[in-house]
Amino acid sequence: MAAPIIRNPKDFLSGLMFIAFGAAFIYIAQDYTFGSPRRMGPAFFPVVLAIILVLIGLVVAVRGLLVTEDPPRGFTWRGLLLVIVSTLLFGALVRGAGLVVATPVLVCISAFASHLFKWKITAIIAIGLTAFCVIVFVYALGLPMPVIGPWFGR
Amino acid sequence: MELLANLAIGIEAAFTPLNLLYCLGGVFVGTLIGVLPGLGPTATIAMLLPITFGLPPVSALIMLAGIYYGAQYGGSTTAILINLPGESSSVVTALDGYQMARQGKAGLALSTAALGSFFAGTVATLLLALFAPPLAEIALKFGPAEYFSLMVLGLVASVVLAHGSLIKAIAMILLGLLLGLVGTDVTSGTPRFTFDLPELADGINFVIVAMGMFGLGEIIRNLEHTETRDVFTRKISGLLPTWKDIKQITAPVLRGTALGSALGILPGGGAMLSSFAAYSLEKKISKNGKKFGKGAIEGVAAPESANNAGAQTSFIPMLTLGIPSNPVMALMIGALIIQGIQPGPQVMTEQPALFWGIIVSMWVGNFFLVVLNLPMIGLWVRMLTVPYHLLYPAILVFCSIGVFSLNNSNFDVYLMALFGILGYVCSKLDCEPAPLLLGFILGPMMEEYLRRAMVLSRGNAMVFVERPISAVMLALAVLALIVVFSPAIRKKREEAFQEEE
Repeated sequence: MAAPIIRNPKDFLSGLMFIAFGAAFIYIAQDYTFGSPRRMGPAFFPVVLAIILVLIGLVVAVRGLLVTEDPPRGFTWRGLLLVIVSTLLFGALVRGAGLVVATPVLVCISAFASHLFKWKITAIIAIGLTAFCVIVFVYALGLPMPVIGPWFGR
Repeated sequence: MELLANLAIGIEAAFTPLNLLYCLGGVFVGTLIGVLPGLGPTATIAMLLPITFGLPPVSALIMLAGIYYGAQYGGSTTAILINLPGESSSVVTALDGYQMARQGKAGLALSTAALGSFFAGTVATLLLALFAPPLAEIALKFGPAEYFSLMVLGLVASVVLAHGSLIKAIAMILLGLLLGLVGTDVTSGTPRFTFDLPELADGINFVIVAMGMFGLGEIIRNLEHTETRDVFTRKISGLLPTWKDIKQITAPVLRGTALGSALGILPGGGAMLSSFAAYSLEKKISKNGKKFGKGAIEGVAAPESANNAGAQTSFIPMLTLGIPSNPVMALMIGALIIQGIQPGPQVMTEQPALFWGIIVSMWVGNFFLVVLNLPMIGLWVRMLTVPYHLLYPAILVFCSIGVFSLNNSNFDVYLMALFGILGYVCSKLDCEPAPLLLGFILGPMMEEYLRRAMVLSRGNAMVFVERPISAVMLALAVLALIVVFSPAIRKKREEAFQEEE
């Protein structure tokens, strides 16, 4: 069996990630003044760092081609997607709809990511947690967050 | 005695009813999150930071510090009772502690951990009181070149002492430094890497990075596998150690304390490194080394003392130099800045009540912890039975509310989600998020010191090696890198870190 070209996907992919980040920083920094060592412009420090990052990224990626190791396992798309989407929804809802909508939405969608998800207990947690957050964060600690948002005509 | 006068200032600050309450609250929360696997002090402190905005600085810092060392106590309970580390620093405690619990000695293991931690905490508090002032005095003489070199040394040391791939850790630091530079450049006023978004003009708040990478990233990772958790003992008895037990643990506790205190000061050190270094040492020199892994009481006493000592001495570089040695200390620095206090050696002279108040509160907190952990053990055991799938939505809610309330901005919540993705992807690729957070905090400071040093030397980079203190620190950093990249040492290092897996 021929050896695969990418022998260590973890290293290869992290290398690519570092190169991509470094390159992006270098590219964006082209608009800023570089300056001289004595009078460093806003681009000086980031560009130097980003160049080192790209070089290290290259080394890591090449190492990923040479040394064999196990590929990453157990990647959970479901967990990633549901946690991220529920967080984004919380951000989108909290200001307009208020905590009483944003919190239950976040709890229910994120709880669905677990294999042990059950509707009943999730609903209880959602209600209990919303009450707790409203009482503790808004009334007790006075964080400026709408309990019921302006979308409901308040 | 100047020390006594200073401690008196600290006692005055720490013993107000309000501060005692915050100290108790801090160690209570700390124990709680220490007990619960999957929720660490970094995410918790990040989550609670917004709540501390309204508090006086002393109370805020006392509470946050309590969470950190409290978590070290709580972590051992989980490790002993369900063979699962509640905290990464309790990984080695699980090896022997769980075996002790299976032999019906859960109570003894728990009290050994608590008493060892208490002793270590007391010693580390004293060390902090003794060594912080002279160190701060030296640091007052530092110019920009020294600070820059010190940060380089700190970052290098954090890589050397961290586990996992070295070169990837360095890359993560660089990425962190770069992300830290996002926002308006102080010197020229140019907005950098902001994509013309006004929300990014002031830079990315480090709480967002910490919560995204540590909070969200960790949750997603825990969702990969369905949990199985068996609480071994419901009823805990035999909490009080006998004289024979005490004699047996005295030496390991002393060694653990000494090792933990020393390692805690080092950048990148702190609780986790201390605990497994202490375990390895104890296993090597103990008379019943063969019993290790099968319920040796020394295997609980040494690492538990060490992690608590390390957690507390890691405050030394933070309080005296303003340089974080681990992500938790980075958050503490953030808390100071939010309170309008510039971290650095001047904190001790300008804010003596804050400085000494924190130190004294640590001893008080350790006392609270023994009380919380031994008589109230039943409560924590019951906490252990709360399954993770019911817990994580709550963590997510607290993270989101915490981040939103930083600036009342939805954008910050979106940004946290983005860092959550980055955190999860990084952990899947075996890239540690901790170095990134350290770099993130230090990025702007390093750039500032580099610029100042270069202006003062008129663009002559030799200034970093011509000034003796700076040269020594850079030489140490280079030496550390050479040593660690040499093949022989690398192999040893990998072996040493294997016990943790």
